[in-house]
Amino acid sequence: MALQVLWFVLWGLLWAVYFMLDGFDFGAGMLRLFLSKDESDRRVTLGSIGPVWDGNEVWLITAGGATFAAFPLTYASMFSFLYLPMLLILFSLILRGVSVELRNKDEGARWRANWDRLLAVTSFTAPLVLGLGFGNIFQGLRFDASGYHATFWQLFNGYGLLTAVLFVALFLQHGALWLAWKTEGKLEQRAGRLAGWLWFAVAIVAVGFLVATPFATHLLDNFVSHPGWFLVPTLAVAALAAVKLLHLRGMVLPAFLASCALILLVVGTGLIGLFPALIPSQMDPASSLTITNSSSSQYTLRLMAIVALIFVPIVVVYQFFVYRFFRSKTTRKEVESTGY
Amino acid sequence: MSVAVLSRIQFATVALFHFLFVPLTLGLTVLVAYMETRWARTGDETFLKMARYWSRLLLVNFAVGVVTGITLEFQFGMNWAEYSKFVGDIFGAPLAIEATVAFFLESTFIGVWMFSWKRVSRGVHAAVMWVVAAASTLSALWILLANSWMQSPRGYAMEGGRAVLTSFGAFLASAYSWAKIFHVLSSAYTLAAFFIMGISAIQLIRMKASAAVAKKAAAGATAKKPAKAAKSAAAKSATAAVSRAPAASSQEMFLRSFRLAATFGIVTSICIIFAGDLSGVQVAHWQPSKLAAMEGQWDTAKGADFYLLELPRLTREGNLFETLKIPGFLSVLAYHDPNAVVKGLNDFSPQDRPPVFVTFSAFRLMVGLGFLFVLLALIAVYLSWRRLLPQNRWFLWIMSVALFLPYVASELGWVVAEIGRQPWIVYGLLRTVDAASRNLSPGDVLGSLIAFIVVYASLAVVDVFLLRKYANRIED
Repeated sequence: MALQVLWFVLWGLLWAVYFMLDGFDFGAGMLRLFLSKDESDRRVTLGSIGPVWDGNEVWLITAGGATFAAFPLTYASMFSFLYLPMLLILFSLILRGVSVELRNKDEGARWRANWDRLLAVTSFTAPLVLGLGFGNIFQGLRFDASGYHATFWQLFNGYGLLTAVLFVALFLQHGALWLAWKTEGKLEQRAGRLAGWLWFAVAIVAVGFLVATPFATHLLDNFVSHPGWFLVPTLAVAALAAVKLLHLRGMVLPAFLASCALILLVVGTGLIGLFPALIPSQMDPASSLTITNSSSSQYTLRLMAIVALIFVPIVVVYQFFVYRFFRSKTTRKEVESTGY
Repeated sequence: MSVAVLSRIQFATVALFHFLFVPLTLGLTVLVAYMETRWARTGDETFLKMARYWSRLLLVNFAVGVVTGITLEFQFGMNWAEYSKFVGDIFGAPLAIEATVAFFLESTFIGVWMFSWKRVSRGVHAAVMWVVAAASTLSALWILLANSWMQSPRGYAMEGGRAVLTSFGAFLASAYSWAKIFHVLSSAYTLAAFFIMGISAIQLIRMKASAAVAKKAAAGATAKKPAKAAKSAAAKSATAAVSRAPAASSQEMFLRSFRLAATFGIVTSICIIFAGDLSGVQVAHWQPSKLAAMEGQWDTAKGADFYLLELPRLTREGNLFETLKIPGFLSVLAYHDPNAVVKGLNDFSPQDRPPVFVTFSAFRLMVGLGFLFVLLALIAVYLSWRRLLPQNRWFLWIMSVALFLPYVASELGWVVAEIGRQPWIVYGLLRTVDAASRNLSPGDVLGSLIAFIVVYASLAVVDVFLLRKYANRIED
């Protein structure tokens, strides 16, 4: 049981870190066309995520792999029940990856404009569908012992859409803060101003999400029975306030870090509410996929825990140093000197 | 068509497409890292030029390879949910380990490499590419360990209708896996060697052709106007000299790339022969029905004969013809023992046999290509080290076509491995028909299959466009 709990925590952490990191790639991808006034701006905004986006996306691959290894029944059900959403996420990630990598590989104006548009669209669809998926998982999917009983369109319910909008809003703000930190001059000003406005959107959607959650889901139950956990959503609200306060004082990097904390805490709030289920069933609570009925054997869990506890910290350390290495602002001069 | 059949077509499509990019990444990362290291050590600018030229092709290939790899991790859960439930306890582990120990490293440091040309020393920059190369190889290793388990399940027990891992040691210490890893890596490195030789050959032919045209034009001009002022002739020869100087150094770059690739390729292509032999022995031991299909062996025989020319019937049992017999040689190939018993297809009930014609043909063609690579690499080594390449244009033409053959051989290898395993998805334990997701309709899978074909075909068009463009862009 202890191993299952450990793996639930690791599973949640992998997802949360993934959203924290790829979140600003998504946001920057959605916003860069609106913030850029010329080709040079577009090079800079792309260059700001260029060195790191690929390493960020591996957190998703690892979250998927960890689900497969630690909770194979959850992995099998999540990916097959949500077939069409998974396909949309997959195509978004594929097209987004090649957009970033291939956009500067030709000088043609139409070539670049098309990849730019594709990057913007897929940076929007990926978090939208991910949010839709999690919004529905929070409510419980419609399945029982005999299988899955919902259509693709049933995922587009109010709460699912609200969660999707929450994800998109969080990542828009996150990306705007990232761009404000990583760029300079007019671009930095525009990104900073936009981040200020986006904060209000995030705040409104987040309040709506908090209010709707007890009505649409059972996430509140865990908090009621263990009130100590209310600390997490409270800290999320504090982080949201911190984003605004730090940003108003012109402290862009701290505001971005507060936005990182906000994303971790929002995902954490959802996952605390889910525990011990990974995918609750809306139709038949007994069929819910939980850390006990969907997990691997103790042997595999122990093996994978050893691997994860050794290697994930190593990954965190070298990724931290890579971010430090690339901490300077992305400048026009710099992007023009690299061919990528 | 059923969900299982459509899902198989889809998996074959996405996996074969992904594997068009994997071997080149595996091989080119090593070779580019070597070129950069030589540049850092010797300061020889030709090595820098080589590293820059080949890395541009590597990066285009890498981008498409990475994104199409994500699909495969999704596929197991999306289309093969019953399989994922059955093997998750075992199969999920190497996939998760691959992401944690290899893919993170590869993806993080390829970004560092791209954006740090001017930020770090030459030696450090080369070291970063070595990290990427090592991580790519490590990544292949874990994926192949996972695939090998489906081919030769071991270190497991059956519990409640699912396979659970009982020994990670047995999972790792499997001769089947390591033979396969050796086989795939040596063929990936060979593919990269032929890629470099092929593109170098194309460029050398083009340079020769443009030089010949220039010469002819110059000769024609002087013949027509012999009495023209000396000034214009001097100017002409000056421009000719300027345009020839970089061409000469580019020619040197391609000659040297060719020679490096030939040297690398002769070692790796000979390794394939040994790796293939080892893999064959492992297949005979773990998957007798696959071996029988690969060899078109219908009757069980002690000291089984090998036929140099043979072809199974397309649909019915038995072979259309078999000729040029080598007595007892099949037993030697399969068990390294001329008296060993080789089990024939007739001893498997028809529903336990793989499709014989496809498995046999793909296998024969792959093996034939493997020997051809050794022959071509031998000639390539001889001509490139004796500096005879420029005057042997016929060989440059051959190598510019041979560029594509390792791709064919690699894909055929997976056809043998995966179709030869049928009707099993996990050999002897779970049938492919029982492994597909239950909640999908054929329409779902047909729709996604069409979407994959459209998206992947577009990626292929973009990839070929960029590879051609960068292959023809020679910087000075």
